[in-house]
Amino acid sequence: MFARRNLLVGLLLTLVACKGNQPAPVPAASEPAPEVKKDEAISLTGAGATFPYPLYSKWISEYNKQNPNVKINYQSIGSGGGIRQITANTVDFGATDAPMKEDEAKQAPGKLFHIPATIGAVVVAYNVPEVTGTLRLAPEVLVDIYAGKIKKWNDPKIKADNADAKLPAKDISVVYRTDGSGTTAVFTDYLGKVSAEWKEKVGVGKVVNWPTGLGAKGNEGVTGQVKTTPYTIGYIERAYASQNKLPMAELKNKSGKFVAPSIEAMSAAADAVEVPEELFVSLSNADGEAVYPITSYSYLLVYENAKDATKGEALAKYIWWGLHEGQKFSKDLDYAPIPSKVLAKVEVRLKELRSGDKKLLSGA
Amino acid sequence: MSVVHEVSPLIRPRSKILTRFGREVNWGDFVFRRATALLAALVIAALAAMAAAMVHGSAESLSKFGLGFISSRVWDPVRDVYGALPFIYGTIASSLLALCFAVPISLGVAIFLSELAPAWLRGPVGFLVELLAAVPSVVYGLWGIFALAPWLRTTVEPFLGRTLGFLPFFQGQQRGFGMLAGGIILAIMITPTISSVSREVLRAVPSALREGALGLGATPWEAVRVAVLPYARSGLVGATILGLGRALGETMAITMVIGNRSEISASLFAPSYTMASVIANEFSEATGSLYLSALAEVGLLLFVVTVLLNIVARLLVWRVGRLPQSGRL
Repeated sequence: MFARRNLLVGLLLTLVACKGNQPAPVPAASEPAPEVKKDEAISLTGAGATFPYPLYSKWISEYNKQNPNVKINYQSIGSGGGIRQITANTVDFGATDAPMKEDEAKQAPGKLFHIPATIGAVVVAYNVPEVTGTLRLAPEVLVDIYAGKIKKWNDPKIKADNADAKLPAKDISVVYRTDGSGTTAVFTDYLGKVSAEWKEKVGVGKVVNWPTGLGAKGNEGVTGQVKTTPYTIGYIERAYASQNKLPMAELKNKSGKFVAPSIEAMSAAADAVEVPEELFVSLSNADGEAVYPITSYSYLLVYENAKDATKGEALAKYIWWGLHEGQKFSKDLDYAPIPSKVLAKVEVRLKELRSGDKKLLSGA
Repeated sequence: MSVVHEVSPLIRPRSKILTRFGREVNWGDFVFRRATALLAALVIAALAAMAAAMVHGSAESLSKFGLGFISSRVWDPVRDVYGALPFIYGTIASSLLALCFAVPISLGVAIFLSELAPAWLRGPVGFLVELLAAVPSVVYGLWGIFALAPWLRTTVEPFLGRTLGFLPFFQGQQRGFGMLAGGIILAIMITPTISSVSREVLRAVPSALREGALGLGATPWEAVRVAVLPYARSGLVGATILGLGRALGETMAITMVIGNRSEISASLFAPSYTMASVIANEFSEATGSLYLSALAEVGLLLFVVTVLLNIVARLLVWRVGRLPQSGRL
């Protein structure tokens, strides 16, 4: 259906190009006549999460190649900024890693849909020159390291799961994200799930009051510190660790298996968790043997009722495209695609998008 | 007046307006004076608007925490509890540390360039020093992460810990990132400002003073100390203040190396945090009105601290300027 529509758009554009600026004739096809004038340049702006930014910018450039009249501008200003901007109606769509809180949703002038758009993982990267194999960490060990209770790399608790590794008697240097970030929200969500003490004393959020360690700015800052400083441990998005060739720890999941943060293990986490009606759910510490425990959806935020039908329709089509054709770019960029059973729910939700009485995706 | 018109047709008759007091005023002068006054007022209005916006933005935090905001050490967005003391400390301490490094270096550079360097060397060296000011701060920050911090961790901090470890300033875990790294980065960034202004100030010292001192048999060092520096004193303090202003407001580079931890420690090895950094780090992701309000209040505090330090510095310039301008051999 989409291939045909794109062909149609292409045809129309050629027609228009030949005939000048006449209103494009709409051929009677099996689809309902789209009211968007195909020759009209539409520009959409979005803002929000930095975590899925590489994927979204790939989507935008690919989509623009296929639909030259649609210009999309995405600013990766952070999830919190995305929520603020969409609430203030200064952008056409927002993006966030952590779902909106209830009081945040109340401030929005209309109903906002969460659309899970991709799946990412937060990895625990480390720099211990003596360790040649892969470090394995149990959740309680990770919590104790970040709580400052385990101070040395040769602590018996770390040794217990890494019998073969040569662990030095060096101080562990803990690094965290100092700027507010969805990555921190996902990581602390996991720590809070595996440790009641963490949840109570430190808590879960985009910025928390860390019991120990150094703060670095951005994924690139944490990556830089882990890379240049021996005996450092830090949490970053998977893409940063793999592009910088930093070793990533295997984490013990709920079923007691040590799992590396592979795309398959991320998909397994998404498969293991049922997505509820509101379409947002935490994937951290999910059940299942193959699951990587610090996995998360990243969401797009769109108003259910678009003010501007033309823009709304273009946006709905772009998101539809991203969730179908756009998913094939996921793996190369270190994200996992949205599982098909979740996609089915998202499709239903996308078809509910409207502008006044008009459904935006009636043709899709 | 009318005589003038007849004498020179090039001078056009001017339109006059009558002021309240019956004096004739030239139209052009009138417009010019009002226009420049308006432009000057715009700057003040912008400053006032900024202050008002920050006070307005931080109203919620001001009423909730009151003065406790300045004295509390806890910054916990999860529980919505905010205190700015570590940031205030970090900002002031890192800037003063930077001055400790930068002022002697800058004075040395300025004295060398204005008094001692051969003429062919002055241009290139002065240009290179000023070039330091043109490097973007994010570049300094990256250099800090990849070159300065590892060097501090492997070489400087172990040395300081071994030799001066009995002092509280040189104790604790040596990580490279921390107050020392922040101070050094800031010092490098403000050196060009201080040294180029100082050089201009020294150049403005009348040659007669120098020549007089040299003529009386002073060595070059004595001439600088006795004749040049005392004359230039207030200008040099002014140059230092310019540097301090830049250090207080610097955000990017220092964020990348200072360790960003809201705690107060006497040790230069320990991580710290500055007011500008916390705003830059947390504002983009901040949600919740109290959180945003607390960040706005940090901005307001930075404003207040900067203004206060500038007032102190002005007083210093004023006092120094009034001291008798003579030195002793």
